Amino acid sequence: MNFPSKLIEEAVNEISRLPGIGKKTALRLALHLLKQKENVTEELTRSLLSLRKDIKYCSLCHNISDAEVCSICAGRRRERSIICVVEDIPDVLAIENTSQYNGLYHVLGGVISPIQGIGPDDLNIESLIQRIAHTPETEKVKEVILALPATMEGDTTSFFITRRLKEFGIKVSTIARGIPIGGELEYTDEVTLGRSILTRVNYSAE
Amino acid sequence: MHLKNIRLKQFKNYQKAEVQFSPEINCFVGVNGSGKTNLLDAIHYLCLTKGAINGVDQLNVLHDQEFFTVFGDFDLEGKEIEVRCIFESGKKKQLLQNGKAIDKMSDHVGLLPVVMIAPDDTMLIKDGSEERRRFFDNMLCQMDKQYLEKLVRYQHFLKQRNALIKQFADRGRWEKSHVEPYDREIISLSQFLAAARNAFLEEYIPLLKEYYAIISDNHEAVNITYETNCLSEDFSNQFLQNAQRDFILKRTNMGIHKDDFVFEIGGYPLKKFGSQGQQKSFVIALKLAQFQIFLTHKKTKPVLLLDDIFDKLDDNRIEKLMKLVADHRFGQLFITDARPERSKAILSEIGAESRFFLIEEGEISPWNQ
Repeated sequence: MNFPSKLIEEAVNEISRLPGIGKKTALRLALHLLKQKENVTEELTRSLLSLRKDIKYCSLCHNISDAEVCSICAGRRRERSIICVVEDIPDVLAIENTSQYNGLYHVLGGVISPIQGIGPDDLNIESLIQRIAHTPETEKVKEVILALPATMEGDTTSFFITRRLKEFGIKVSTIARGIPIGGELEYTDEVTLGRSILTRVNYSAE
Repeated sequence: MHLKNIRLKQFKNYQKAEVQFSPEINCFVGVNGSGKTNLLDAIHYLCLTKGAINGVDQLNVLHDQEFFTVFGDFDLEGKEIEVRCIFESGKKKQLLQNGKAIDKMSDHVGLLPVVMIAPDDTMLIKDGSEERRRFFDNMLCQMDKQYLEKLVRYQHFLKQRNALIKQFADRGRWEKSHVEPYDREIISLSQFLAAARNAFLEEYIPLLKEYYAIISDNHEAVNITYETNCLSEDFSNQFLQNAQRDFILKRTNMGIHKDDFVFEIGGYPLKKFGSQGQQKSFVIALKLAQFQIFLTHKKTKPVLLLDDIFDKLDDNRIEKLMKLVADHRFGQLFITDARPERSKAILSEIGAESRFFLIEEGEISPWNQ
């Protein structure tokens, strides 16, 4: 792409570094900002800058947070004896949006994959162990739910964590895998359908 | 099943070509380098989503062009299936069945069985064990989706474990807890896949013996011995005890990726003791047994591609092979030959419907002389 201005070119290059944004979209966004009043751009850059500078990660669960401890970990109505382990921050938001879970979280920051050079030490696994080992008697963790992706790396990570948690003798569960709600059996892939038959649950007509 | 026609664009040395095939015998004639084998390769693409000769899609694009397309209409036991294979430089290859895009290539593989007999097949005997594993894995994957799925998992976990072991070597320290998740998967998948290979051979070897006896004059006993550690009772322990060696050699040294299939003749390894003729007969028997096993499992006759066999085989074996053709053992046949008169003479004796095509520098025309 050829640009009439060095300034435009620089802005487009920076904006197009964001995921999901190509050069054309970046150009559109840059030109859009030029058409707006100057304070629009100021507000945007100010908020981005303070986001980058002031954002904190919760010292307990590693979720994004405004304070030392995030609002979920500090929440008074949260069930403190259950920890749900997820790969990354968007997964916390996804589970929160279900309104079906009221426990705490632990964000790993990835899954184990030696090919990509990611080992257990690069993730927040040790802090999970420490967290469980050092909770006061009144807040003892009774269950860890592994809500990791249904991929080979997700499974490997789940296995690794389960092994590490063995010494605590607490319940370890993993989220169910199977047919999506409203899904037709015939369109479900064979692996998922096979798995859902193997891990079928009792049906109650009560 | 049979392929009714094929349409090519910028595939190998074809700028643009369209051909209607006979459901019985099709013979491509023309001088060397005219593109006869490339046509077989195009058929291979439609059936298995990749070339028989070159695994890299980019190399199958006509020089100085950006894309190729291969389209063809199949008749699968009365069911019409149009397959479109589209490749564009730098993009993911696309495959469409009756206009519907197939996301996973593995969903297409196995639907349209194909067997190819080519001059360099003897590398199955001469080359390392990898070639033989690939030959049997390809066959198993086309017949058993579960095998395919588990093999893909196996290869993935193996790659992860090897990457991990390299990191151990760099750090000079083995971490049992890190490698454990992979050990567990590799052990159980090895046991499953080795058992599947073993069960497959029980069905396959009798077919191999039958076809070897037909193709060769001598009636030496042939056999395949499956060499693996994965089926021993103690495999799990052996694998775990091998950690020290894995650490030193910086890779995984046990598992189905170390298996071999040893071809034998009269109780001795064919690689060392078989004559040229015995080796040629053996690879043809391997392929014909493959044909037979696909026929049994897929309930349709695979397309048979015979590349340059009249030139590479002696008259005796050609005669035996053609007798099988005349007996209607096979379905649709595609044959390449640089000498048209010879193939005409051989095929005219059989009495099957045969159509000849003259290939000249990427141009295809009917040939009736």
